[in-house]
Amino acid sequence: MDAGDHRAVTAAATPLVRFEGVAKRFGETVAVDGVSLDIAQGEFFALLGPSGCGKTTLMRMLAGFAQPDAGRILLNGQDIAGLPPHRRPSSMMFQTYALFPHLNVEKNIAFGLVQQGWDKARAAARVEEMLSLVRLEGLNRRRPDQLSGGQAQRVALARALAPGPQILLLDEPLAALDRKLREETQLELKALQRRLGVTFMIVTHDQDEAMVVADRIAVMRVGAIAQVGPPAEVYERPASRYVAEFLGEANLFPDGAGFTLVRPEKMALSASATPGALAGEVAEIAYFGDRTRYVIRRAEGRPLLVSRANAGPPAALAVGDAAWVSYAPEAAVALGS
Amino acid sequence: MRRPWLAALAPYLWLCLFFAFPFLLVAKLSLSHTVLAIPPYAPQLDPGEGLAGLRAFVRQLSFETYARLTSDRLYLASYLSSLRFAAVATAILLLIGYPIAYGMSRFAPRTRQALLMAVILPFWTSFLIRIYAWIAILKPAGLLNAALGVLHIAPLSLLDTDAAVIIGLVYAYLPFMVLPLYAVLERQDERLIEAAQDLGCAPTAAFWRVTFPLSLPGVAAGALLCFIPMVGEFVIPDLLGGSGTLMLGRTIWTEFFANRDWPAASAVALVLLATLAIPIALFQRQQAKVTA
Repeated sequence: MDAGDHRAVTAAATPLVRFEGVAKRFGETVAVDGVSLDIAQGEFFALLGPSGCGKTTLMRMLAGFAQPDAGRILLNGQDIAGLPPHRRPSSMMFQTYALFPHLNVEKNIAFGLVQQGWDKARAAARVEEMLSLVRLEGLNRRRPDQLSGGQAQRVALARALAPGPQILLLDEPLAALDRKLREETQLELKALQRRLGVTFMIVTHDQDEAMVVADRIAVMRVGAIAQVGPPAEVYERPASRYVAEFLGEANLFPDGAGFTLVRPEKMALSASATPGALAGEVAEIAYFGDRTRYVIRRAEGRPLLVSRANAGPPAALAVGDAAWVSYAPEAAVALGS
Repeated sequence: MRRPWLAALAPYLWLCLFFAFPFLLVAKLSLSHTVLAIPPYAPQLDPGEGLAGLRAFVRQLSFETYARLTSDRLYLASYLSSLRFAAVATAILLLIGYPIAYGMSRFAPRTRQALLMAVILPFWTSFLIRIYAWIAILKPAGLLNAALGVLHIAPLSLLDTDAAVIIGLVYAYLPFMVLPLYAVLERQDERLIEAAQDLGCAPTAAFWRVTFPLSLPGVAAGALLCFIPMVGEFVIPDLLGGSGTLMLGRTIWTEFFANRDWPAASAVALVLLATLAIPIALFQRQQAKVTA
């Protein structure tokens, strides 16, 4: 959490974006319910939550496509309430990419530059720069319908970055890609952000994606922020049962009014009785290659999840075997209700 | 299906029966010459005389009528005038129809259905009656002048003028312009407009750089759907136009019924068809591109 703490301090010093008690309702539904949030200059920030939690609405309010019913959104300390989308220094990459089907790759990327009145030579140079940035050199004349999903995603990214936005908004940018390409692209996106130093804000429902790319994550729940922090902090020290269960897998033990959390990978599994260990029986074994996940059924209480890295030889356990589960006291995290 | 080739043949049979056969009849007529008889043209093909009769028949056919079309300035004037009427009306239809279609596509889906009904509703009344209604509106003591009188504006004498023909054409063909435009505008992705705005376009710039270019297939469809039948329009110029209003539909009618010159009427109709084949072909190519 060392790097995270450092960034948290910067965030407090000069927020690029500040949400102040922002609320938005659509008819009877409250989409965003009094969100306050700071995003630091140069940060890769993730809004993470299940669908319908208000994360996209929050981003669209920053882009100017929706107006808050209450609260303020400050950009560099200035309230941007009156600014229409075309006057905001943010760029958005849409989930569906929204490439202009009547324009080729080059003209799609130059779209914002033309609107800003860049002269032709300078715009052309910028387009080339963007194409090499997203590794699509030579595809200038392709039409959007001639692009693969991954290429279209890169063009959308290049188009959004070309005008040099102060903040890039990514709305589920990788949701349409298949898993392998998505994982590669996550790393690329993170490297790109670090290289450019531009502030990125991503909206995603994919916890792995948020943890891989983001410096800080805001976990959202029905229009409110459940917790904000660096990925490791949110995962290791969740503030609530909701966060604990939304990010990764969790073993929760009732503990007075609250719960004690132990992550499956912090559990030790043994085929022989150990003092203080929880006894049970192997109910299920799921092999993931790099790790194996065991479901241990107990006489009472919820089944336990144990994740074991497949670093050494496989454990000599089969479904139906008796098993003992233990964990170090420091692996346990006390949660409120 | 037991005999799929039969089903495949059906549209061709239909086409032969209702297009190719009448077309050949008209083509044959246009190569005949007028006579004072019933029917008023010659030669007649007598199937009883066999092959010799057919040979004699073919020998008597000639392109003389077509030569007449080029020598008489009236025909050329009538072609040009028809094309001009259709072009002017198409331009006005675009100017009126586009905002209507665009406005409709911006409403909530439920409202859109109601507006769509409103566009289609006039079709439920006879076309002829609707054009007659325009006579009542445009005539010197008609509704328009009564309304102008209330506003203390001098009366207009529009009926029996070219302007009345344009008004009638625009009125009658408006749905044919609005519907294809609406179809393209309605399915346009809202995100594209947002993307344009996000990249610095004010709403008007977003319209001209994204919405309009993407609606061009609809513009082409609407324009051709109106232009093609308007060139040959007969009822509207006949009821609303003046005696000097030259349009091909009327020319054909006059040749056929007043002059009893069936070959000339047929030749004019065929030349019209040939002229329109170009925009029709363009239209179909463009449609094929849209669906591809």
